[in-house]
Amino acid sequence: MKYLIRHLGIWAVAIALCAILPVIFSSDYAISLLSQMGIAIIFSLSYNMILGQGGMLSFGHAVYFGIGGFLAMHGINLIAGGTLPIPLELAPLIGGLGGLIVGILFGWLSTERSGTTFALISLGIGELIAASALLLPGFFGGEEGVSTDRMVENTITPFDFGQQIEVYYLIACWMLLCIVLMYLQTKTPLGRVANAVRDNPERAAFIGYNTRMVRTIQFALASFFSGIAGGLFAINYEIITAEMIGAIPSANVLMMTYIGGIGHFFGPIIGAVLVTFMQLTLSGFTHAWQLYFGLLFVSMILWAPTGLAGIIMNHEPAWKAGLMKKLIPSYTRATLAALVMFLGIMTLIEINYHLSLSIHPKDPMSLFGISFKAQSPAGWIIAIALIAVGFFFFKRGKNEVKNSWMDVHQAIKTGGK
Amino acid sequence: MVEYLIFSVLNTLVLGMLLFMLSSGLTLIFSMMGVLNFAHASFYMLGAYFGYQITTVAGFWSALIISPLLVGILGAAVERYGLRTVHKYGHVAELLFTLGLFFIIEEGVNLIWGRNAMPNFIPASLDFPLFTLFNSEFSAFRAFMLLISVAIFIGLYLVLTRTRIGLIIQAALTHPEGVNALGHNVPAVFMMVFGGGSALAGLAGVIGGIFLITEPSMALTLGPIVFVVIVVGGMGSLTGAFVASLLLAGLQTFAVGLEYSLVDLLGIIGVTVNADGILRDIWRIQLSHIGPILPYLFMVLMLMFRPKGLLGKREN
Repeated sequence: MKYLIRHLGIWAVAIALCAILPVIFSSDYAISLLSQMGIAIIFSLSYNMILGQGGMLSFGHAVYFGIGGFLAMHGINLIAGGTLPIPLELAPLIGGLGGLIVGILFGWLSTERSGTTFALISLGIGELIAASALLLPGFFGGEEGVSTDRMVENTITPFDFGQQIEVYYLIACWMLLCIVLMYLQTKTPLGRVANAVRDNPERAAFIGYNTRMVRTIQFALASFFSGIAGGLFAINYEIITAEMIGAIPSANVLMMTYIGGIGHFFGPIIGAVLVTFMQLTLSGFTHAWQLYFGLLFVSMILWAPTGLAGIIMNHEPAWKAGLMKKLIPSYTRATLAALVMFLGIMTLIEINYHLSLSIHPKDPMSLFGISFKAQSPAGWIIAIALIAVGFFFFKRGKNEVKNSWMDVHQAIKTGGK
Repeated sequence: MVEYLIFSVLNTLVLGMLLFMLSSGLTLIFSMMGVLNFAHASFYMLGAYFGYQITTVAGFWSALIISPLLVGILGAAVERYGLRTVHKYGHVAELLFTLGLFFIIEEGVNLIWGRNAMPNFIPASLDFPLFTLFNSEFSAFRAFMLLISVAIFIGLYLVLTRTRIGLIIQAALTHPEGVNALGHNVPAVFMMVFGGGSALAGLAGVIGGIFLITEPSMALTLGPIVFVVIVVGGMGSLTGAFVASLLLAGLQTFAVGLEYSLVDLLGIIGVTVNADGILRDIWRIQLSHIGPILPYLFMVLMLMFRPKGLLGKREN
């Protein structure tokens, strides 16, 4: 029983969470946000299959997402026309299979070497497919993309997918299924050998594994799940354009996965949820959200290369020893200082955006309910003062955190007393 | 036809030399430090914007000198305080750092100069036709661009082959540990090469911003092409970068003028195809439309079959 709870409890919680969340956050906006998060989770987990598991840095993962999306879109149109006798709920599978086939082809072509060569080939393939999308209007729909109507006759559930909540539940089911499959894949011999090939390809080859074959299979499986995400995208939005296979979505999924943390299975899930949330909410508040996003990404690389999941897992020993209370005071101080510094940076950025991008730069702007003129020096002085004060205390806070960590390590060594 | 050929060759030279100015720095940085610098094209963009801003204050000729210097200093600072910090986390982190920098610089440019293209025009002192050939004019600015880039090429060649620091750089390209062991300060050389490469990108930006366009997406349009150049030319090979720049510029310049589709080409060798059916999109593609794809196709094929590039000496 204990075994069951330990191993299946987390999945039960996940299922319950997926079922309850749309009931708690029942606005249209929240449900569409949740749907997008579901798609992003599959997409970034599939990306981590090649980056985290296989050690291949790809700059063209959106190709498989996009091709899956386009195929599913054409598939839904065929289902609506009655020529394709499968229910709508299985349409993402069309995308997945398409991703798989393209993934086998491009995977075989690009995985002879890993490292920079692979990264460059993936970049080249990504640009190649994105550039040729406009040449093949029959498949990619040219500038306006391909659209469809998801309310078709042929479904196995009683849903007709007229409402977003029905689409959400479809996405949630596919998401849970994909997460389970991808998690189990990490436990298979293939998943383990992929790790070996990532860490030491020469040795793996000496033992007798064909490293290129391992990479190709791993890559193709990732493309499969990526294609499923694309298929869900097609159902969710009912339109897909050639932009979805370009460099921007590819870079996006890379950042998502990296911010979440590539070293742990659940990292990309955190990253996908956080980044999707940021993208959708921040873009409503400010023009500068991409800048904040870029700053977050670079600070993660500079100071927390293990990602959010890595940060969380670092605390496991301290948590188990019951020593979190030793860390919290210094954390609070460092976080407060960082917030003050960030507030200053944000004020500067917003003032500048107001000056360069708003229609009437002379009008007063408002930030946190305070209204002031962007031209007045007061805003600048306050912002720079905030940054300076925040930076000073952040430096001190960082040392405090370091010291309290040393205390914790010492305490764990001596038996938690 | 002769007119078309001559002007295509001239335009190839102008565009190719611009590409070379960008790729020479990148290929040195890549082969020395192993970092695929995504922000290189961003430095090109910064050069263009700095150039535009300085031109409005102090004129074009000051901009031509000050802007690359600023970009070079910025590049050296990025290497010293950014890349050197992430170096311990490995190449992936370094690469992602430059990718993040790319985003930040693009948004920073949006932040300061706005999203629209800048009115960055040819300076009055160079705004006249140099010569007229078969009714077409060749502007003095293009000739000036060609002059600068040739001067840079010769200068770079002389520095790398005839000076002490050039020899150290050449040695550090292939054997950084060995050079370090001989007592040279390799991190300082790295910083200098990064700064110098960025300055060259900045210089290319000052003139390229006028020649092409000065807008926030200019880094994204040119960035991948520069990667193609260093891959095709061969990592770390300046001559390779030179050849590949001209090759790619030629590919793009000539492809634009050719209005043939696959059906026409097959027709020449006596094959007729039915230009309908499921493959009709493919049959109707014209050569001039393939122009944007060719560089990437070239790069992918090159990486698969000859990963060290045309004139490169090693694979990674």
